[in-house]
Amino acid sequence: MSRLAPGHRGCPGCCDAMAANFVLEAAGDDIIVVSPTGCLEVMTTPYPESAWEVPWIHSLFENTASVAAGIESALKALGRKGNTKIIGLAGDGATMDIGTLGLSGAFERGHDITYVCIDNEAYMNTGVQRSGGTPYDASTTTSPVGKESFGNRTQKKNMPAIMAAHGAPYVTTTSISYPKDMMRKVKKAVDIEGPCYIHAHAPCSTGWRFESSRTVEIGKLAVETALWPLYEIEYSEITGVKKIKNKKPVEEYLKAQGRFKHLFTKEGGEKEIVKIQEIADWNVKHYGLE
Amino acid sequence: MLFLIMITVKDAVSALMNAPKMQSRWCWRRNDMTDNPMEKMSVVEGSYATAHAVKICRPNVISAYPITPQTHIVEDLSQFIADGEIDNCEFITIESEFSALSALVGASAAGARTYSSTSSQGLELMHEVVFNVSGMRLPTVMTVVNRAVSAPISIWNDHQDSISQRDTGWIQLYAENSQEISDLTPLAYKVAEDKDVMLPAMVCMDGFILSHVFEPVVLLEQDLTDKYLPPYRPEHILDTKNPKTFGSFADPSVYTEFRYMQQMGMDIALKKIEKAADEFARIFGRDHGGLIDTYRADDAEILLMAMGSVVGTIKDVIDEARSDGIKVGLLKIRSFRPFPVEAVRKTLADAAVILVLDKNISIGLNEGSLCTEVKSCLYNTDNNTPVMGFMLGHGGRDIPKGTIHRIIGKGQQVVKSGIKVENEFVDLRGDLI
Repeated sequence: MSRLAPGHRGCPGCCDAMAANFVLEAAGDDIIVVSPTGCLEVMTTPYPESAWEVPWIHSLFENTASVAAGIESALKALGRKGNTKIIGLAGDGATMDIGTLGLSGAFERGHDITYVCIDNEAYMNTGVQRSGGTPYDASTTTSPVGKESFGNRTQKKNMPAIMAAHGAPYVTTTSISYPKDMMRKVKKAVDIEGPCYIHAHAPCSTGWRFESSRTVEIGKLAVETALWPLYEIEYSEITGVKKIKNKKPVEEYLKAQGRFKHLFTKEGGEKEIVKIQEIADWNVKHYGLE
Repeated sequence: MLFLIMITVKDAVSALMNAPKMQSRWCWRRNDMTDNPMEKMSVVEGSYATAHAVKICRPNVISAYPITPQTHIVEDLSQFIADGEIDNCEFITIESEFSALSALVGASAAGARTYSSTSSQGLELMHEVVFNVSGMRLPTVMTVVNRAVSAPISIWNDHQDSISQRDTGWIQLYAENSQEISDLTPLAYKVAEDKDVMLPAMVCMDGFILSHVFEPVVLLEQDLTDKYLPPYRPEHILDTKNPKTFGSFADPSVYTEFRYMQQMGMDIALKKIEKAADEFARIFGRDHGGLIDTYRADDAEILLMAMGSVVGTIKDVIDEARSDGIKVGLLKIRSFRPFPVEAVRKTLADAAVILVLDKNISIGLNEGSLCTEVKSCLYNTDNNTPVMGFMLGHGGRDIPKGTIHRIIGKGQQVVKSGIKVENEFVDLRGDLI
C-alpha cells in the first residue's frame, strides 16, 4: 500500500509525488516525515485533508532539518527513538538556499536523520523563480532570457559536496527517473545511524516546460548526458558511481525543455551549449562516469 | 567565567533581609504570607535561578543558542546536563536562535516538554518561528532576557524585544526579581500545557538588572514542583503507531478559525494564570500576585503602572512619597499577554491619574505599549481618568528613584490642572539631540 494516499493535488507527472512515494516505499512505516513549505506540503495537506499515512509535520520554509533534529532529540529523551527514522523531504530552495543554515547545523551535530532534497531546480510552487539549484542558462521568472541574458548566470550549487564536507556517513545523488537506485539509496541511508543526505534530481514539467508524460524520460536524459551524475560518498570519500554506457550530447537534454529553448533560437546559443557541454565533460572526468 | 556563587551563610542573607532599605523589596506578597525561611535562601545570579527552575521543571529537550547576546542561563543548563542532573533530557547546542526554536517545534510536536532562552537580537531572528509555535499550539516555554534591539547595537536592558513579539500568540509574563523569574517558570509550563490553553509562554526578565545580579532566592524544591507541575502528556503527538499530520496549510475558508481559537486559548489562560498563581502560593508559600499585583494601591490617587524590575524601585519610591503624605500606589502587570483587562479596569477605578512607565516605544505613535493597552482598557468605560505615558530606561539607561519621584510630581500636576502632555521621554539628554 502506498503511504502517500491517492487524491493529493499534485500536477500530472509530478516529480514531488514520485519522490515521496519512492522514499516512503523504501523507508517503511517506522518513520516521521518533515517537510518545508512548498509544493509537496501544499498538495498533500489542504486542511482538513492529508495524504500522509505516516506521521508528518510542516513548520516553515527554512527549518526542515532543525525540526527533524528536534524530533530526533525528543524521541531519544522520551525513550521512544528505537529504530524510528526522521526523514526530511524538502525542495532545492528550502535545502540549498533558505534552509542551509539549519541543515548544516543538524549535520554538524550528527543527528540521526535522513534528509532528501527533491531538486527540481527552481521555486516551482511560487511561479518558477531561480534557486541555488537552477542550472546554467535555464530561463526562470527571476533569471529570464532577455536581450542581454541567456537565463541563469550561475551553475548549480554543489550541495552534495557541501554536505559531504560535514563528514556525514552517507551522501548520495539519485534521480526520480531511477526508482530502484533511489529506493536502494534511501534504504541504505535510513539503515545508517547518523545524518545522511540524498540529493534527488526531479524534473518538473510545469517549471521546465515539457509534456507531463515525459518526466521520467527527461530525468534519464540528465543522467545520460552527464549533467546529473549519480554517485555515493561515505565519510567524504566517493564509494560508488553509476557509469554511463552511451553518453549523449547535452543538446538532447536541453532541446527537450522549454526553459532551454532560447539556446536553439537566440543568436549566440551555440556558444552557450558548448559551455554546458563543458559542465557535463567536467562531471565525466571528476566523478569517473565513463 | 562569572559563575554561580551560592552563599548559604545565614548571616549574609539575614543582613540583606534585615536592611531597612530592602524591606519594601520583599513586601510583594498579596496576602501577607510569612517571609521566606532564611535557611532556605541562596544568593544566586538571576540567570542561575532561571536555569535551576528550568531543571526542576524536568524538560525533555532544551534547544538554545548562547549568544545574541549571551546570558549564563544556557551555560548553567549545560553544566547541569554535563553533571547528569537532568534526567530524560536532550540538550541541543544549536547553531542559531532561528533553529533553536525550530527544533522545539519538532520536539514539542513529538511530545517533549521543551525549553529555550533568548534575548533581543536572538528573539528578533526567531520571529517567524515565534508565530509558528503558537499557531501550531505547541506549549514551549522560553525565557526572554529583555534587552534593547539594534541599531544602535546595545546589550543593555529594555523591553523592546519582547514587546515586538506582542501579537505572536505567546503568553507573556514579566518578572520583578529573581525569585519571581524562578517561580514563574513552572507556572508558565502549567498554564501553557493546560489542554484548554495549549499556547507557548515567554517568561521575561530584565537583562543585567536581573539576569546578571545576585539576589537571595529560595530555589525551587523538586518535590514541591513535582506536586505543582504534572508531567506533560499532550493529546496529539507525532507517533509512528498513530500517524497524524501537523502543520497543514489553511485556505481562506478555514484560516480565521485558527486565529479565533488562539484567542480562545488566551481567554482561558486569564483564568488559568490566576488559578496557577493561587496553587503556587498554597504549595510553595510565596505569592507574587496573579495576572497583576498591586502595592499600596487601595486608596491611591496617583497610580503608577509598570512591568519588570523597575517595580522594585517604584515600591521604594512609593514608601518615600507616602511618608510625605502623597497618596500613590502601584499596579504591576505580570501577564502582558493575555492582557488582564478586567483586573486592570477594577484596579484603576478610583485613581485620579494613571502614570504608565514603558521601557519600549511604538515608534511613530510616540507611546509605550503598556500605555496603549491601558488607554484601550478604559475606552468605552465610565472611567475617564487621565493616562500619562513615560518612556524610559531604553538601552539600559538607569532609572533612579529621583526619576520616579519626578514622574509622581507630574502626576500631581495633572491632578491639579489636567493633562497637558500624553506621553514623554524621560531623562532625555538635550546635548545629544
